[in-house]
Amino acid sequence: MVQWSESERTIINGIFSHLDYDDLGPKAFSRCLIVYPWTQRYFSSFGNLHNAEAIMGNANVAAHGIKVLHGLDLGLKHMDDIMGAYAELSSLHSEKLHVDPDNFKLLSDCITIVVAAKLGKAFTPETQAAFHKFLAVVVSALGKQYH
Amino acid sequence: MTTLTAKDKQTVKAFWAKVSGKSEDIGASAVARMLVVYPQTKTYFSHWQDQSPNSPAARKHGKTVMMGVGDAVTKIDDLKEGLKELSQLHAFTLRVDPANFKILSHNILVVMAVMFPTDFTPEVHVSLDKFLAAVSLALAEKYR
Repeated sequence: MVQWSESERTIINGIFSHLDYDDLGPKAFSRCLIVYPWTQRYFSSFGNLHNAEAIMGNANVAAHGIKVLHGLDLGLKHMDDIMGAYAELSSLHSEKLHVDPDNFKLLSDCITIVVAAKLGKAFTPETQAAFHKFLAVVVSALGKQYH
Repeated sequence: MTTLTAKDKQTVKAFWAKVSGKSEDIGASAVARMLVVYPQTKTYFSHWQDQSPNSPAARKHGKTVMMGVGDAVTKIDDLKEGLKELSQLHAFTLRVDPANFKILSHNILVVMAVMFPTDFTPEVHVSLDKFLAAVSLALAEKYR
């Protein structure tokens, strides 16, 4: 089980309590599709993803970005059992969606970048460390049920 | 691993022209974040009396690294040749595990997002990410 210090819990809860999901979800997800274009392989039904402009203007991308960012709420609500909390989603990503778990890290890097851009100087090294730890645990949990 | 397109090179050069004035701050912030968020990287700096993220040694190292990045921008058309000496240094003297190049690159990108949120667009991000990956590859060239 992952141990969280009081300071880490405070930082992580603080980030999420001020998070604008409708803004950052689309930004993080579209950035992932642009910076790591092979991730587009899972979204052939989303329509036009031919270039950065198309991706950033795509309504399916935006909606999915919001959905995925809210997926982090599960970890936030169950910080003391993130593995357990994501077991079902992990199976879904493995057995139904067939997503290579290496992609989770790519998306989490993009989430980090857009949160950093939003918070600016407030995204201190300590804030980055706590957020990175949280995302790393979620990413690990999502990969747990793959076999 | 990856070839930089003409567009990538143009994007990197233009972005670097905008941000290079702050390269010392960028370097200091990137190294500080690396030491805090990825504490295993501190193992390379056991010779520093003060390993804290904002120490003079860490700041100086950030400046050194970003000078290397700036130099790489000028040699963007042949990084393997241009960074030959730096590669020898990293291979035979410093012996930094190349996995750490990825870690520092990531932190450089985070700092760009923090300091230049409007200029660090997804298009700039992808070109800069490719560029740092190419630099990392050139640095690892002489390892084996």
